[in-house]
Amino acid sequence: MKIYADHAATTAMSEAAIDAMTRCMREQYGNPSSLYRIGQEAKEILENAREEIASLIHAEPREIYFTSGGSEADNQAIRSAALAGKKKGKTHIISSAFEHHAVLHTLEQLKTEGFEVTLLDVHGNGIVLPEEVEAAIRPETCLVTIMYANNEIGTVQPIREIGAVCRAHRVLFHTDAVQAVGPAAIDVQAENIDYLSASAHKFHGPKGTGFLYARKGVPLIPLINGGAQEKGKRAGTENLPGIVGMAAALKEAAAERDAESARLTALRDRLIAGLKEIPHSALNGDAVRRLPGNVSFCFEGIEGESLLLLLDEKGISASSGSACTSGSLDPSHVLLAIGRVHDVAHGSLRLTLGRENTPEDVEYIISAVKDVVAYLRSFSPVWRDLQSGKTAFIL
Amino acid sequence: MALYSEKVMDHFLHPRNVGVIEDADAVGEVGNAKCGDIMKMYLKIKDDVVEDVKFETFGCGSAIASSSMATEMIKGKPLSEVAALTNKAVTEALDGLPAHKIHCSVLAEEAIKSALEDYRKKQENK
Repeated sequence: MKIYADHAATTAMSEAAIDAMTRCMREQYGNPSSLYRIGQEAKEILENAREEIASLIHAEPREIYFTSGGSEADNQAIRSAALAGKKKGKTHIISSAFEHHAVLHTLEQLKTEGFEVTLLDVHGNGIVLPEEVEAAIRPETCLVTIMYANNEIGTVQPIREIGAVCRAHRVLFHTDAVQAVGPAAIDVQAENIDYLSASAHKFHGPKGTGFLYARKGVPLIPLINGGAQEKGKRAGTENLPGIVGMAAALKEAAAERDAESARLTALRDRLIAGLKEIPHSALNGDAVRRLPGNVSFCFEGIEGESLLLLLDEKGISASSGSACTSGSLDPSHVLLAIGRVHDVAHGSLRLTLGRENTPEDVEYIISAVKDVVAYLRSFSPVWRDLQSGKTAFIL
Repeated sequence: MALYSEKVMDHFLHPRNVGVIEDADAVGEVGNAKCGDIMKMYLKIKDDVVEDVKFETFGCGSAIASSSMATEMIKGKPLSEVAALTNKAVTEALDGLPAHKIHCSVLAEEAIKSALEDYRKKQENK
C-alpha cells in the first residue's frame, strides 16, 4: 500500500502539465525576448499562458507576473506595498499570527526597517475576523496581508469581507493563496484582492514556478533587477516550460474543481469522523470552513515525528507540526496560534487528500493511524501519567 | 538518503526493553512534554549490576531509538560501567544521529544518570 496524503506539501504533476512542458522544452526553446520566429513563438506561448491564468482568477493578463513560486510572490507583494507606504509615512502592516513563513519572515525583516506589524488573533477555529481587521486599521496602515487558506489546518478565511474592509479604508490587501489556488474558485475582482500569490506545484503543476497577481495601478517593485521581462517587474529569462505547465495544470484543476471538491470534502469528512474515534484527539481548525482535502489532528500523549515515521512504514506519506519535524524546538506556530499548548501541538498530524486518493485509502489511513497512536501510547510516559490521573487530559 | 541510519530505524521500529518494571530498584525520568521529549528508565539492580532495564519514551524516532540502544548498552553491566555511559557512545552505537537530534542521546544518558541518582538516594535511606 502506498498512499500519498501530503498534498498541502506538494502534488504529483498532472499529465497535461507534463505534456505541455515536454512539448515546450522540445520544440519551443526560443527566448521570448528574441525577435526571430522561434523567439516570437515562445513569446506567444508565454502570453497565452498569462491569459489562461488571468481568466481563471478573473484578472486581466497584464495583472499576472510570473515568479519562481509563492514565496517570491509574497515577498514582492509585501515589499512593494510597504515601500509605497513608507514614502507616504505609512509604516503599519496588519497580518495574522498563522501566516506562512514567507509572509511572517518578510514582516520580521520589515520590522527591522522601521515598520510596525500587528498580527491578528486567529481564534480557536483558525479564522480571522473581518471586524478585527477593521478595528486594527489605522491612518498609517499601508497593507493588510491575510492568507486565503492556512497551509497546516486548511481553514479558509473570509477573504471577500476582509478585502471589502480594506477597500473601504483604502488600504492595500494581499492574500497568500498558495493553498487555495486550484481547489478554490477565486475571483480577484469580486473578492476585493489587490495582490495574490500562487504556486504551481500545489495544484499539480511544476515546482519553481508561481505567479503574483497585482491589480492594475497598485505599487509593484522588482525584487530581481535586470532585463525588461515581466514589464520590468521581474528580470530574468522567463521559465517558459514551468509557466506553460502551470497554466495547463490550473486549467485542469479549474475544469474538475466542482466535482473534485465535492468528492474530496466527502473523503475529508469521513477521515475526520474516523480519526475522532481515537480517544483524546481533536480536529485542528474549523470543521466546515476548511479546504476540501485538509485534515489536521492533535493526539494527546504522543509525538508527531514518530507517528509520521511509523505511518511511512505503512506506506502513508503525511506531515506534522511537531518540533522534531519543524527543525526547531517549538512546535508549529499555526497550532500555537489556535491555542494548542506545546504538549498537545507536538502530537499533531496533517493529512491532505488530493486527486489520487480513494475511499479505500481513507479507510486504510484511519485504521493505520488508530494502530500507530495506540502503539506509541503503549510506551509513552506522558500517556501513562494521563491515564493514571497524575496529569489532567487537555483534549 | 534517509533521515536516519539503519541502526536508528531498527531500534525505532523494534525497540528493545520497552515497558515498565513495577518493582524497580531505581527510576529515572528526564525531559518534559513541552519540549516534546520525555524518557523514563526503570532499573532492576542486584549486586551492583543492572539485572534488568525497561524504558518508556514520549518523543521522536531518534528519542525512542536512543532509549532502546541505551538500555541494551547497560543491561547486565556493573554500575561503574553504567555510570560511565556517555551520549557519544550511544550516538556511535546508533551509527550516528542528525546534528539536531544529538540531544536525544543526551537525554538517554541523563535518564540513566537520573536513575542512578535515584538508586543512590534509596540506598542512603535504607
